[in-house]
Amino acid sequence: MSLLTAEQIDPALAVDRAQERPGIRRRRGANDDPFVVKWAIILVAFAFLALFIVLPLINVFVQAFSKGREAYFAAITEPVAVSAITLTLTVAAISVVLNTVFGLIAAWAIAKFQFRGKSFLISLVDLPFSVSPVIAGLVFVLLFGLQGIFGPALHASDIKIIFALPGLVLATVFVTFPFIMRELIPLMQEQGTQEEEAAILLGASGLRTFWRITLPNVKWALLYGVLLCNARAMGEFGAVSVVSGHIRGETNTMPLHIEILYNEYQFQASFAVATLLAGLAIVTLIAKAFLESRIGKGNRP
Amino acid sequence: MSGASAIGLRRYRSVIPGFGITMGITILWLSLIVLIPLAALFLKTTELSLDRFVQIVTSDRVLNALRLSFGLSLAAAAVNLVFGSLIVWAITRYTFPGRRILDALIDIPFALPTAVAGIALTNLYAENGWLGALLAPLGIKVSFTPLGIFVALVFIGLPFVVRTVQPVLEDLDKELEEVAATLGASRWTAVSRVVLPTIFPALLTGFALAFARAVGEYGSVIFIAGNLPNVSEIAPLLIVIRLEEFRYADATAIASVMLIASFILLFIINWLQRWSEKRVGGQ
Amino acid sequence: MNIEVVNAWKRFNDFTALGGVSLQIKSGELVALLGPSGSGKTTLLRIIAGLEFPERGEVRFDGRDASLRSARERNVGFVFQHYALFRHMTVFENVAFGLRARPRHLRLPEEAIHDKVNRLLDLVQLKWLSDRYPSQLSGGQRQRIALARALAIEPRVLLLDEPFGALDAKVRKELRRWLRNLHEELPVTSVFVTHDQDEALEVADRVVVMDKGRIEQIGTPEEVYNNPQTSFVNEFIGESVVVPIVVKDRLARWHSMPLPIDVSGLRDGKANLFVRPYEMSIVSPDETPLHATIKRVRGLGASRRAEIALHYGETDLVLEIDAPRAPAIEVGAFVGLKPRNYRVFPALA
Repeated sequence: MSLLTAEQIDPALAVDRAQERPGIRRRRGANDDPFVVKWAIILVAFAFLALFIVLPLINVFVQAFSKGREAYFAAITEPVAVSAITLTLTVAAISVVLNTVFGLIAAWAIAKFQFRGKSFLISLVDLPFSVSPVIAGLVFVLLFGLQGIFGPALHASDIKIIFALPGLVLATVFVTFPFIMRELIPLMQEQGTQEEEAAILLGASGLRTFWRITLPNVKWALLYGVLLCNARAMGEFGAVSVVSGHIRGETNTMPLHIEILYNEYQFQASFAVATLLAGLAIVTLIAKAFLESRIGKGNRP
Repeated sequence: MSGASAIGLRRYRSVIPGFGITMGITILWLSLIVLIPLAALFLKTTELSLDRFVQIVTSDRVLNALRLSFGLSLAAAAVNLVFGSLIVWAITRYTFPGRRILDALIDIPFALPTAVAGIALTNLYAENGWLGALLAPLGIKVSFTPLGIFVALVFIGLPFVVRTVQPVLEDLDKELEEVAATLGASRWTAVSRVVLPTIFPALLTGFALAFARAVGEYGSVIFIAGNLPNVSEIAPLLIVIRLEEFRYADATAIASVMLIASFILLFIINWLQRWSEKRVGGQ
Repeated sequence: MNIEVVNAWKRFNDFTALGGVSLQIKSGELVALLGPSGSGKTTLLRIIAGLEFPERGEVRFDGRDASLRSARERNVGFVFQHYALFRHMTVFENVAFGLRARPRHLRLPEEAIHDKVNRLLDLVQLKWLSDRYPSQLSGGQRQRIALARALAIEPRVLLLDEPFGALDAKVRKELRRWLRNLHEELPVTSVFVTHDQDEALEVADRVVVMDKGRIEQIGTPEEVYNNPQTSFVNEFIGESVVVPIVVKDRLARWHSMPLPIDVSGLRDGKANLFVRPYEMSIVSPDETPLHATIKRVRGLGASRRAEIALHYGETDLVLEIDAPRAPAIEVGAFVGLKPRNYRVFPALA
């Protein structure tokens, strides 16, 4: 809220001032910046975002269609591309489900009880955010790769983790680990335990209390977390790149497929596949804005 | 009173069921996915002798890569600090057409997969790209140079500054500035003496977050970097290269240095955030 | 149902919430737990509900140890201070929750649940709100819905935590009367927590006054008001004028002058004389060693109050008492004070 201007208090004053300084309709309030400063800042903000964010995004779509629609559809329907899309969807689906289930369990344990070391546990949950994706991939190679700690044992029993689906899932789960929990934990802490206590006093079992009371109360936040988790899972590049082995048609996810095409100078095809992920990003942001208004508005369904 | 049951030395018996099992599963899951794998990295590092470790980490190529990663990350975070603050100021203080679109655009680097950002920026700043073609006559090359890395790091770091400072500036009591104004302060004095100190912890936090993210960044950088050893090769890429050469010891050593650096950063960020909350909470 | 609490202890870290509390509540009674915040009254209520567990001591329902039954099985109706209504459920669903949560073999058919919920909503006079969500209700309406929800499981014990705490003054008064009537109609034993003495004295059959995790006094409203047993109860309930005196050689003394006050049973030392503002008479200075000057008279009609400076050593002690109609008093007059009725307790430390 800005300070009431003198004109608002006394309209007559406005007339005086307008006559006094023609062309200036309104005196500046205490918190208004000079006209030039205001528009300079706005201009800089737009220019910066246009240069660094909008232009690259537009470029993706322009390059994708640079050889026409047929080339575009050919690029995203060729078998290798389709298998990359399928693999990405599979990895993301498994990772999101795992993170949802364990995220809910962890949020219940952390938010609904008092125990020693709670804030330490919360910072451990956030740890993967501060680890470089490359390192996130590397640690699983060190565990399950041929030269890794469990490598020989896995090789002997013919189980493939690295350069296979389990490795991709592990790396993806690692980098998306905090997304759902960090949405749920603060909200569940804020909501407290009274509704759960009320349900239990009314005779509800623990599971019923969870399904009927706790879960509905956090459903929008959960969906929000799932959305962000999914976007990151589908787009993850560094961690997945390290554990994938880049076997075309087998362990190549969409981002890796984009890389290979690009490095082979198939720019248009590369951008064509990239439009799918860019589209995902835009849809995610729109859904996010919708959910934010939902969460902000209250908890009524 | 029950309300007084602050974080205790031990868990109080609770009527809400399932603490044991859910906490057990949580710790197991956290250990399997995060703690044991990270511990494996340090375990592997200890297999190296100290001499070998020092030799790897202080080799020219590694030092150059680390210097490049940390140096450019710092520069990119600084640029984001300046332009991020201006953008936040515009979004929170002014009304103008397109304000909400501007606000929504900030999140694109969060949501856009890094590989997509990488190829888009590379193409844009290549010599025949939209922007590269404009810059080429001026003798400025962006793609396949350290400048390109810098551009990519600015791209991915921007939302961290904006989204950290934005809520603090929104919550800032405008009466403070008004009081400053009534006390005869000029607009610039009011902003620099009243607003800036209040949002300073948030600015620092945003800067640290952008920096931390940039240091570990891989996907958006490798396309635009050119990846010339000692010139435009970032540390995460060097890890990948060593891994592909099956030089696990080298990869592990570089990774552990970076991991420790990011843990220190995380510690600083946590501290900053607590400080920030305390400062703002005290208003 | 009889409720019996036997020597209950409860600590939170270094804070003793309950330090050995024993209490008996007869079936059908309406009891208030009254005390300042931090007195342990809410903890005691939650222990009876089974939401907290005493470290020592026992809760018995009809003579049987309640700890053998979990909160879920106690069949206790509980109304939370902030109601804890399920925010994503309609009023109807909130009230039906307890009925639908029963194990399948005990669950009523859906039509019976419907009838019952509607009866409860009639009882609380809010049937017209059954499709609303809690966020659309006023405080008083939420309160009544919380009560209907608690009553749905036909509890024989009804526990209410600060039931009127979050309501504005007018709604508060209405709901008090309404709760009292409701309790009369239902076969329940009710316990409610409050920090508001008017509420406790007006609504309850018996009042349990608590302080610092201990029970100070249990009694009917008349007993705790007219015959406070401890210094705390005296100060906490009703208004009192407090005059510090000294007991020496079995005589009450005011600056070494004997006061005509019964201090039998008190040991020598400092003590406090408690007098209700309407029990203090203004008399001639010759009749009493308690000398004072009238500073101010304010108020109109029946509620006229006099501010009086009692001469107390170097300084004055300002007291406020009911100003008598006759004899008329004048500001600045030098007078004597004489309690018609009083209580004396040894001063603490």
